[in-house]
Amino acid sequence: MNTQFWIIQAFNGISYGALLFLLGAGLSLIFGVMRIVNLAHGSYFLLGGYVALTVIWTTDSWLLSLPVAALAIAVLGMVMERLFLRSAGLEFARNGLIAIGVALLVALAIDEWTQFIASGNWIMFVVVALVIAAGLYYLLGNVSTIAIEADPLRQVLLTVGFAFLFQQAALDIWTGNNFDIFPPGPLTQSMVIGQLYFPLYRVFMIATAAFIGVALWLAMEKTRMGAMVRATVDDSEMARGVGIDTSRISMFIFGLGAFLAGLGGVIGGAFLGIYPGLDFEVLPLAFAVVIIGGMGSLGGAAIGALLVGLADNFGKALFPEISYFTLYAPMALILAVKPTGLFGRE
Amino acid sequence: MFKSQTAKIAVVCAVLAAVAIVVPNTNSFLILLATRILAFSILVMSLDILLGYTGLPSLGQAAYLGVGAYATAILASKYQFGFGYDFWLVVVIGVVLAAALAAVFGLLAIRATGVYFLMITLALGQCVWGLAYRWNSLTGGDNGINVRGRPQFFGLDLANEITFFYVVFGFFAASLLVMFVLVRSPFGRSLAGIRERELRMQILGYNTWLHKYIAFIIAGAFGGLSGVLWAHTAGIVSPENVIITTSVDAILMAVLGGAGTLIGGVIGTTIVIGLREYLSTLVPWWQYVLGAVYVLTILYLPSGLMGIPERIRQRGSESGKTKVGKTEDQEKLASAAS
Repeated sequence: MNTQFWIIQAFNGISYGALLFLLGAGLSLIFGVMRIVNLAHGSYFLLGGYVALTVIWTTDSWLLSLPVAALAIAVLGMVMERLFLRSAGLEFARNGLIAIGVALLVALAIDEWTQFIASGNWIMFVVVALVIAAGLYYLLGNVSTIAIEADPLRQVLLTVGFAFLFQQAALDIWTGNNFDIFPPGPLTQSMVIGQLYFPLYRVFMIATAAFIGVALWLAMEKTRMGAMVRATVDDSEMARGVGIDTSRISMFIFGLGAFLAGLGGVIGGAFLGIYPGLDFEVLPLAFAVVIIGGMGSLGGAAIGALLVGLADNFGKALFPEISYFTLYAPMALILAVKPTGLFGRE
Repeated sequence: MFKSQTAKIAVVCAVLAAVAIVVPNTNSFLILLATRILAFSILVMSLDILLGYTGLPSLGQAAYLGVGAYATAILASKYQFGFGYDFWLVVVIGVVLAAALAAVFGLLAIRATGVYFLMITLALGQCVWGLAYRWNSLTGGDNGINVRGRPQFFGLDLANEITFFYVVFGFFAASLLVMFVLVRSPFGRSLAGIRERELRMQILGYNTWLHKYIAFIIAGAFGGLSGVLWAHTAGIVSPENVIITTSVDAILMAVLGGAGTLIGGVIGTTIVIGLREYLSTLVPWWQYVLGAVYVLTILYLPSGLMGIPERIRQRGSESGKTKVGKTEDQEKLASAAS
């Protein structure tokens, strides 16, 4: 327990906090704008890592995998938001997508008996699936639905449903093996200051998070778009009233949140690894960041991420047996005293 | 109204009796499956008291199952306690511990509403998960605790799966009865009033905080009972039992069957656990089905399976109205104009 221990642990905590900031900032913005508790946020993180793996395997370029994975996840997030969490006007597309998905499952189940695929009879399989899909589409179109927007519980459950779907899809595409993302050579070295070794990759993580944090802050505080987002966070009805297209804002923010989570997955993949189950491991941490920092506040997310990163590191080093408890108990207490988080707007 | 109510109760009793007679005569896979469903149903029904009857969507209900289950497993593995008549003491301990935990958590959570209640119950559930996952010396950490052997008393050997099924069935039926009486009592009615409009209940002089708090503790107590049974059913207690997805599963089961109906939660549990255990033996892609059940239920069946007859009836009466040509509103307008 000398100074060396404290410096290294603090450094590790801060770099972990940098990763959590990428994850938490998006979640916080999504919550602030839409009041949606997005339980699929951990899945974005994991899928970001997986997409990056594919990019690295095919092109051998780690640098390219960063933007590709983040953008792919951003598109995924925007589709999920626009079609499922707020489907007004696009119900036909939502119903169509669901009909096709369910029809594929039913056709696959039927295929367990008919063995169309095994016998190479692809056309029959497609015909069966299409017939079922058409029938389902008609049926779904005739079910009167209640809009999901007003009900936070249903939104949460819907995002969990997607998290499960993503989990299975990841298992099918990338198998259940553990992978590591290897950053390029220069980043795997260490910086030596005095007698202390600082891995350059962790320095890179801190630098990236700081850069993105500053960029986000500038965008939120200095641009027209940012002002519109802030207005929506504070009072979405009023914002709509003065002519801000809040539905476009919420889609944009959902995309941005997914983008950041996907980016976090690529960066974190080098140091946490990429494996099934990672999604629900990081998710509660992201929530801790958001709650401690305050929902819908960027600065809060930064402070929250730093606190959670440090608490997690020192907790594991100093009192491992109750380390998670020391993380979540303060989170519950903060929520009980100030539901919007330490730095949240009322 | 009264007649249809009696009919419903009769149907439920008949189905339960059929289950009690048929299941023990099937194979051991189905008996174990039914036992799991019954044990977990108690948790889902307890959640329904909060979610369906009081309007409090708790995202951390698995914590109470965890307390009951871990209490059973720790007493059994460390002290060899709870394998004889003292099993009943373990039941009491599990229930009391879970109720006590709910009493503490409730103090923090009850004041929050809407999405904040979701978040705080999630955080509290994570506290319990964190302890289960990390407190190696007590909980066995990630590996969990194996519960070897089942209790014996009154000449009953619970290691026999049929005997054990009947014991769990008895606990389930008793829980269902107690909760049914509870939601029909004046106390249950006031909970429904709070769900519909809390402010009005406050104006009427109800201490709504206390009502919600008591409901929270009762739900926790039943969660503890469910946990004690679960520990002996599954034979292992691990952080998987208190992880956030277990809590979310419980909510989905309640919503799938129909929140605010108690028996709907049992139907939902049967479908989800049945699908999971049965499909996973058949096809590798069973989790897609589970995800699809989530998405379809949430988007198209917000009132759950129990709500389907009501929706069909509404639809029928709507189309009937259009045939007549005048809706109630139009009639009102007409009478107002004259």
